[in-house]
Amino acid sequence: MKNKILIIDYGVGNDQSVINVIDFLGYDFLVSNKKEDILKSSAYILPGVGAFNEAMKNLNSLGITELLKKQVLSNKKPIFGICLGFQVLADYSEENGFHEGLGFIKGGVVKLEAKRGLRVPHVGWNTLKIIKKDPLFSNIDKEPSFYFDHSYHLRCDNSYISAECFYGRDIAVAVQKDNIFGVQFHPEKSQNNGLKLFRSFFNYLNVKHA
Amino acid sequence: MLKKRIVASLTVKNGMVVQSIGFNKYLPIGRVDISVEFLNKWGIDEIVLLDIDATNQNRNPNFNMVTEASKKSFVPLTVGGGIKNLEDIRKLIHFGADKISINKVALTSPKIIKEASEVFGNQCIVVSIDVRKNKNRYEVYSDNGKNPTGLNPVKWAKEAEKLGAGEILLNSIDRDGLKLGYDLSIIKRVANSVSIPVICAGGAGHPKHFLKVFMKTKAMAAAAGNFFHFTEHSPIVVKSYLLKNGADARLDTYADYKGINFIEESGRISKRQDNYLDRIRFEYILDEII
Repeated sequence: MKNKILIIDYGVGNDQSVINVIDFLGYDFLVSNKKEDILKSSAYILPGVGAFNEAMKNLNSLGITELLKKQVLSNKKPIFGICLGFQVLADYSEENGFHEGLGFIKGGVVKLEAKRGLRVPHVGWNTLKIIKKDPLFSNIDKEPSFYFDHSYHLRCDNSYISAECFYGRDIAVAVQKDNIFGVQFHPEKSQNNGLKLFRSFFNYLNVKHA
Repeated sequence: MLKKRIVASLTVKNGMVVQSIGFNKYLPIGRVDISVEFLNKWGIDEIVLLDIDATNQNRNPNFNMVTEASKKSFVPLTVGGGIKNLEDIRKLIHFGADKISINKVALTSPKIIKEASEVFGNQCIVVSIDVRKNKNRYEVYSDNGKNPTGLNPVKWAKEAEKLGAGEILLNSIDRDGLKLGYDLSIIKRVANSVSIPVICAGGAGHPKHFLKVFMKTKAMAAAAGNFFHFTEHSPIVVKSYLLKNGADARLDTYADYKGINFIEESGRISKRQDNYLDRIRFEYILDEII
């Protein structure tokens, strides 16, 4: 079966940047927020630039939260969250008050602490420490640089973490749990390393369907 | 380790990238998407597109231009010029901007900083500040450096941070296009007074100017326009110069100029020995397949 990749368009995403990458790599995809498209698709990409509560508010008002949960948790369709799309995979966030997330990854999103001269937001290219090479980082050199731009970060159980980076302390910047993937950085804006990461995700989808 | 960013700042006038000198003289460079494509290939860390006549002509941001540029840019794209409200910001992000830069509208209605950062997150909102030095006093100017605002840049930067700005883009009007180096004194003061990242701009003309601003101030990123347009491979050259002199930069390209010497007065790389060039003459490097 051919993969049907869906970019979920929920009003806070930098969809165009993700579209550019997938176009460049040469895959078919759909951009939508309709229920029937979610049902039809075999894998999801959840982009995101913005504030957590806006993102959840939009998902809820589109009425797709429960459907998405079912497709990912029961039907085991792969989902790949990017930046804010990664944060909403968690149980909750403390950004602008307390807000519930999708609950795919046990853990919460908390503010980066601006201490010892650290600047928040964490903006720029930082080096990753890769913990689980497969599948996202299978094609990437040791200690690659990726582009970050965020003020909040995920705190979760170590068993989910596939990569960390150091910003005042080690923070979880990539997670994987079965069919659920997420990265805090912006692979769509991390030049070759980012393109390689997307390629690895798509290769994983193909293997899954082979 | 978080690396220092080398940013290309493209001034756009009438849909063309231009060279800007002192915020009042402009010379054409070329098409936006082609400039973006080159910079991207040369390993730039970030691109800022500033459409300088959108606000003056009271027109909307050029959304098509943003999409065309974003197709060629696999590095972050910050877009400024002509932004009046949250809807403009939403559209710019939708059309391919990763961050937006506001200047005039932040001065006339500062509450937009707060509103925008609540909707789009503060990491997405860059407040651009144009500064001119009069005698020994620095002052914020609006309308492409035409009108004094009476604001003190340090105070304004702190206020913007308090309202929710994620980054400050600090432009020196006096240094613009002069290639004499960054205005370290005001960059130092602004970067010391806020805890959000500061991108400095205005005056770069030699790789040593980037090194100096990173060594002497707490700027997290340094931007240049003209320097990158007129010096071949300049982003890579700057980064290898930084790495050679002990500053941390991202260097992911195949060409890294490791072990090369720099010509001190121009900052360009010096020619390799003839026997080395002979040796690599027929070396064929395949494009990396991703």
